Amino acid sequence: MFKSPAKLFQLVITLLACAFLLIPTLQSALAGVTVNYFRGVSSGLTFKWIIEVWALYSGSIFLSIWLALACLMCTLIIGVPAAYALARNPGRLSRMLEEFISLPLAIPGLALALALLQLYGGWREFRMSWTFILVGHVLYTLPFMVRSVMSVLAAIDLKTLEEGAASLGAPPHRRFLDIVVPNALPGILAGALTVVTLSIGEFNLTWMLHTPFLKTLPVGLADSYASMRLEIASAYTLIFFVMIVPLLLAMQWATARAQRIMS
Amino acid sequence: MTLSLTNTAKTYADGTRALKPTKLDIAQGEIVSLLGPSGCGKSTLLRIIAGLETPDEGAKLLFDGEDFTRFPVEKRKVGMVFQSYALFPNMSVRGNIGYGLKMQKLPKTEINRRVDEVITLCQLEPYAARPINALSGGQRQRVALARAFAPRPRLLLLDEPLSALDAALRGQLCDELAQLLRSFGITAIFVTHDQDEAMAIADRVAVMSHGEIAQIGTPEVLYRAPQSEFVARFIGAAMPLGRHIDDNTLHFETGSLNLAGSQAGKKAFIRAEDVRLDDTGPLRAKVISVTFLGTHYRIALAGLAPDPVFALHSALSAPKVGDTVGVAINPAAILMLPSDKKAA
Ligand SMILES: Nc1ncnc2c1ncn2[C@@H]1O[C@H](COP(=O)(O)OP(=O)(O)OP(=O)(O)O)[C@@H](O)[C@H]1O
Ligand SMILES: [Mg+2]
Repeated sequence: MFKSPAKLFQLVITLLACAFLLIPTLQSALAGVTVNYFRGVSSGLTFKWIIEVWALYSGSIFLSIWLALACLMCTLIIGVPAAYALARNPGRLSRMLEEFISLPLAIPGLALALALLQLYGGWREFRMSWTFILVGHVLYTLPFMVRSVMSVLAAIDLKTLEEGAASLGAPPHRRFLDIVVPNALPGILAGALTVVTLSIGEFNLTWMLHTPFLKTLPVGLADSYASMRLEIASAYTLIFFVMIVPLLLAMQWATARAQRIMS
Repeated sequence: MTLSLTNTAKTYADGTRALKPTKLDIAQGEIVSLLGPSGCGKSTLLRIIAGLETPDEGAKLLFDGEDFTRFPVEKRKVGMVFQSYALFPNMSVRGNIGYGLKMQKLPKTEINRRVDEVITLCQLEPYAARPINALSGGQRQRVALARAFAPRPRLLLLDEPLSALDAALRGQLCDELAQLLRSFGITAIFVTHDQDEAMAIADRVAVMSHGEIAQIGTPEVLYRAPQSEFVARFIGAAMPLGRHIDDNTLHFETGSLNLAGSQAGKKAFIRAEDVRLDDTGPLRAKVISVTFLGTHYRIALAGLAPDPVFALHSALSAPKVGDTVGVAINPAAILMLPSDKKAA
């Protein structure tokens, strides 16, 4: 297997790259359960820090989950019909609309947040409520949902399928529910996981929009890095990992499935 | 008349005149085929009847006297079989066949009973529970037919239902389809660009050319009494014959034939099976190619018309290229048609 030096060299490089990524991660995770980081693991292992993080920041964790789910609902309700409309009426106008929806991808989150603040900042109740952050998240994640659904819809002969359903007596809303949604499901699923993952991890925009009473998971993370002892910050990272890694894995799986359908 | 179309035309948004004002009447239980070369407007006409395209202003579509020109597709009670089948990939074979019945809001037991009935009729029992992508092309074609037929439509429309299949399967399924349509006893319109398919399946064939129906009639009438050069050429590949007509005589380079009565201003056509190689014949022609086709030879002859004329020759041997042969043609087999300059 390792006969040729070229193969061996490749293996070493790969392992080094993995180590480069993994060691700091493991070290950070380990720090979160170490009694005293400066004395090392020999000081003993503990769940103390994790419990402390939970006590301090569980509100942020729940807010993030809640925001992610609300954001998912919004992108589903707006994004799926929008993707359908765009896929069904291809043309210059549709292309322009698609680009327009995708603008938040190109604009830095900070700029987007600034625009929102300028526009709605004076509206106190809205500014102080969680829905303000939600609007930011929806703007930021919507293009991912729309594009994911559109790419699946573009791969099937939607027009003919719908004509088939119509000739069998299906009115427009039934065609949408019975034909469009089920066939777009892999794209919807991939889009949904992307939206949830992005919403939970979003920092840029959220940091600008948050208030002292509304901190999401990543904002809390920054907060703990800035003001807490290293073990707490590390324990926080550990919790973040535990939440985000399964989501990332599920996203990989769903995207692969969607791609299989498109090919 | 069950279905009657008057003044039905279609101009697409980009200005393409796909269908000129057309009149078509179809009787209850009749199977009519729309036959014509690619782009002649067959699909357009079919889709107008289905309600998938809106005809130009002034069209009138009647079904048993009821005007349905402005009905949307889902209210027309027509079954449609698409060229690509358009089966729903998210449903099983049963789900596909039952969808139309579900849309009619029938009770579950009734749906199941009727789906079973259609599945038996179309011999789909072994595949009923399969997903669509686990079927062969021929099986999909039958599912598409079963799905369109299950809700008992008033009219069945088929747009080139066999063209997605390979040639061998097409021949077999063509007979099968003809049989099924007969056993349904349903009024059907069938689009194809294959003459044999149209002849095998239809009671009447409408030959279309450049957005209009050139001639409509039974296969026999179309074959034996075409009314235009286009129909004669398209059905049975008739070829122009002779150099010119002079009252009742058809002149060739090497002889002439007498025709029945004065035929001035017309053109003569002949089919390959009516050109006989016969050394005692009155005409002379030169062999320019010989193709062996198993049951017969197909021989191209020069000297009978400006273009080569083909002859079907059933014998154990054939003349060689370059030979001069005698040709006999029965004047009764010659088709005399008004010459149309713009024929395709
Ligand atoms: N949506 C459309 N917009 C503009 N022109 C169209 C449209 N659909 C069809 N046409 C044109 O109308 C004419 C007739 O098309 P149609 O599809 O009816 O032909 P067809 O007889 O079914 O041909 P084929 O055998 O190739 O399917 C063609 O010239 C075609 O280019
Ligand atoms: Mg067509």
